[in-house]
Amino acid sequence: MTKPIFVFSDQLLSYKFSNHHPFNPLRFQMAYELLKETGILSDDQIVKPRKATDEEILLVHNKDYLNAIKKAGLGQLPESLRSSFGLDTDDTPIFKDMHEASSWLVGATLTATEQVFEGKTKKALSLGGGLHHGFRGRASGFCIYNDSSIAIEYMKQKYNARVLYIDTDAHHGDGVQWAFYDDPDVCTFSIHETGRYLFPGTGNVSEKGAGKGYGYSFNLPVDAFTEDDSWIPILEEAIDEIVKFFKPDIIISQNGVDAHYWDPLTHLSLTMKSYRKIPELVNRAADRYTEGRWIAVGGGGYDIWRVVPRAWSMIWAEMNGIELQGTLPEAWLTKWQEKAPVDLPSSWDDGADLYPSIPRKQEICDKNHVMLQRTLQHIRNEKKSV
Amino acid sequence: MKVEAMMKTEVISIRKNVSIEEAKKLMESHRIRHLPIVDEQKNLVGIVSDRDLVLDRIPNQKSPSDIEVQSVMVKEVITCHPYDFVEELLSIFYEERIGCIPVVKDNEIVGMITERDMLYTLIQLTGAHQPSSQFEVKVENVSGRLADVTAVIRNHNVNINSVLVYPGETDVTKVLVLRVQTMNPIPIINHLKSEGYNVLWPDTSGEFV
Repeated sequence: MTKPIFVFSDQLLSYKFSNHHPFNPLRFQMAYELLKETGILSDDQIVKPRKATDEEILLVHNKDYLNAIKKAGLGQLPESLRSSFGLDTDDTPIFKDMHEASSWLVGATLTATEQVFEGKTKKALSLGGGLHHGFRGRASGFCIYNDSSIAIEYMKQKYNARVLYIDTDAHHGDGVQWAFYDDPDVCTFSIHETGRYLFPGTGNVSEKGAGKGYGYSFNLPVDAFTEDDSWIPILEEAIDEIVKFFKPDIIISQNGVDAHYWDPLTHLSLTMKSYRKIPELVNRAADRYTEGRWIAVGGGGYDIWRVVPRAWSMIWAEMNGIELQGTLPEAWLTKWQEKAPVDLPSSWDDGADLYPSIPRKQEICDKNHVMLQRTLQHIRNEKKSV
Repeated sequence: MKVEAMMKTEVISIRKNVSIEEAKKLMESHRIRHLPIVDEQKNLVGIVSDRDLVLDRIPNQKSPSDIEVQSVMVKEVITCHPYDFVEELLSIFYEERIGCIPVVKDNEIVGMITERDMLYTLIQLTGAHQPSSQFEVKVENVSGRLADVTAVIRNHNVNINSVLVYPGETDVTKVLVLRVQTMNPIPIINHLKSEGYNVLWPDTSGEFV
């Protein structure tokens, strides 16, 4: 029995736009230290990432774009060229050595991929990855290179794998979806807050793929203020039916944790209950259908103090079959409370009184359930006709 | 936006002596529901839709291969010009209850526009096809409000993908619907709120969606 691996090194903390940007690598360090303090991350399970090569980045991205990112990181990209690569905004501003920092993140997810396919482990966690908004030729939504898309293309070409991508970030996983929209060997599933208001606006239930890939993109947009009690059952049904339908060789899951009630950028109302359950559901699907092969990456998460470290720890605990209960390690709380602008929660679970009850709860539940039916309609119909 | 920017220029057309059976096949193979009928000079003489070709409208006794489309085609065709505005076409589609309008210039057919093309144009107008966040601002119906709101957005170095102005419930207000190219519109929203604007954006009370 192989042990799960955790991809980590300090280089992964260099992906940082600025001190006040919401996408902050400090959260990764906090999660790492929390696992260390808890005593469930041993040194022999940590694997240092390699840096992705240009050739690997070009599996998904355009050459012009790669060159632009390199130049931008050296401060040599003229202002007039920035907007066409998405680099003129506060979402993805230019920062020093951005090509190197982004290549490390891609390399981390590729390292996880290699570890699994070379039989060194069944389960690998690359929390530096999950940059699902990156497009072939354009930076978007805090993402430069799309590590998951690159890793999926790499698995396809090098290991001839059929890949199921599961994205539970509060935002639609548009970059990965569009990269494989016409590909029947890659199935993408994204559950997210409806794009009515939230970025990027896509991820409608009607986006089901194109050409040969028709029927292999799944989208489950849920209403604002969706809670655990609605999210968990519909996610469970969706994962269960999609994995049975697609029969993948491996699952790669994107673990944005920005659907939590405390997240400042979105309007969903999940608690730690969901962040316990999500890895459990994915792990169960992997154990049943992919001989346990599962790569998990990070993603969004903008309450870096109260939500991200705890929620990401749950993924690692699940991979290792450990249940985290009770209170967080005292030393970790003391160290980070000094730096945090908010009161850190002291236990792994959220209290039942995290937020006032939501008046439209039943209506939201019903709407989400109807949406689930529409998401799975084409595979449910197929089953009936067989 | 002008018609010529959104019309399909590869027009599948037929002559009036083509059989109904053939016309049907052509529609199926190109996955279209309308066929314009033209003469030698490419002048438009009629149009048929898939509904004109259903059998119960066709005189008995004859088989579809013996009937020419000219016996069922609509001769009074509603057309438009490449320089017409999209807004005008929207009214025509709505009022005439039709599914397709041929685009004619100097008597010659140069393009086709379907309801579906109109819907796609509307999607583009809303900006919803590009990664963006959306919020709405309810403003007084007086001059200068749009400029005031966009001036706030300019301060945040964020590109606006689209602006729609909806009528309010009464003449006193209007609703500005803005799609902005950022994953983090919170600073803009807070800024607008601090200047007293009524920003419609899901809030934690759960009352508004």
